Amino acid sequence: MLAKRIIPCLDIKNGQTVKGVKFLEIKEVGDPVELGALYAEQGADELVFLDITATHEGRKTFVDLVRRIARNINIPFTVGGGISELSDADALLNAGADKISVNSSAVRNPQLINDLARNFGSQFVVAAIDAKHQHGDDWVVTVNGGRIPTDKKLFSWAKEAEDRGAGEILFTSMDHDGVKTGFANEALAKLSDELSIPLIASGGAGAMEHFKDVFTNGKADAGLAASIFHFKEIPIPQLKKYLREQGIVVR
Amino acid sequence: MNIVIIKYNAGNIRSVLNALNRLGYEAEISADPEIIEAADKVIFPGVGEASTTMEYLRRTELDKLIIGLKQPVLGICLGMQLMCSWSEEGAVDCLGIFDEKVCKFQLPVDNQDNIKIPHMGWNTINNVKTSLFDASLEASYVYFVHSFYVAIGPDTAATTNYILEYSSALQKDNFYATQFHPEKSGSVGESILSNFLKL
Repeated sequence: MLAKRIIPCLDIKNGQTVKGVKFLEIKEVGDPVELGALYAEQGADELVFLDITATHEGRKTFVDLVRRIARNINIPFTVGGGISELSDADALLNAGADKISVNSSAVRNPQLINDLARNFGSQFVVAAIDAKHQHGDDWVVTVNGGRIPTDKKLFSWAKEAEDRGAGEILFTSMDHDGVKTGFANEALAKLSDELSIPLIASGGAGAMEHFKDVFTNGKADAGLAASIFHFKEIPIPQLKKYLREQGIVVR
Repeated sequence: MNIVIIKYNAGNIRSVLNALNRLGYEAEISADPEIIEAADKVIFPGVGEASTTMEYLRRTELDKLIIGLKQPVLGICLGMQLMCSWSEEGAVDCLGIFDEKVCKFQLPVDNQDNIKIPHMGWNTINNVKTSLFDASLEASYVYFVHSFYVAIGPDTAATTNYILEYSSALQKDNFYATQFHPEKSGSVGESILSNFLKL
């Protein structure tokens, strides 16, 4: 049976792993390759590396880093941040990335998803969506790390991204991110029902139970988290053991 | 040992090379017929679309070359599908090394379990046979990304269950193939690659 995936996410700034709380305060937590390799060894199923460097110099550093990650890590990894053209994606593919994620750039230019899928295949394209809850089923899509609301809504934009050729959806709830009280399970379950591609849940993991909930109530295919892994609050082997005991299929 | 990875218009060939390097092997990525034919081991990787890739293989005559290889050959993912006789992806005739058709996964009608396509992530290999797998690899997890599958047949070397039980590995004569990505399957994948290189 297909296993539910646990995905540590590493935010990268100037070649170092960092983690912000609610996208603001930034703390350094170490070398991305070392940390990624450690997670892979501990049983992480995939890794996500998000480049939060904005400068041109930083971009080049990130491509070099991706090359180093690809040489050293034996599980699949996704890279994202600042990909707005085919050439950006091409450089990352050649550096060894298995998938790329697009977020703000796809909201501004949805055709980017079609172009990426046509050139590199859907399996290479993760559509990352940051959204903020309004009321009821109303979630507004935000860009620039949650700072700017857009006219797009979560459910229709996720479906559109799938129709345009995205291979996976990575949904981050801006209301849950960094709060550690659990994932946005209601919205996730609705998304999972409406999509026919895999759904990665992000934002809100603070305890092992939250992963059980996101795989059952939230119907997610994968759970992504950062700080709880970086600050060693939940070791991955312990999390996997717990999920197995709860009857969730994990590797 | 002289290992050659066939270079063609497919994505992520480098990840196979990286995996071999981690195991302590060097390999050459080449489309040169002489270099491929002289190799001790040939790896035919692949991420991409079947019909455009087959068209490319025909145009470059890599199709005839691959069929005629005598040394151990390992097809990976799309590489395995292209080694079959026909693919529903673009309705295209393929290399015909394995007498199997490649079909698209169909979602169950009610789909209560929210099954998704592609089959993406870690799943187990079962009923393993051939020297690609040792018995300890039975029921171990490997990494898959695919929307098309090969049914179970005489050349099946491992099976996996997703929507239905299908062939996650094939073997016939000197040709070996995996639907999953050993180069991305952690230590299990590394064992499988090592087993292939020891053939």
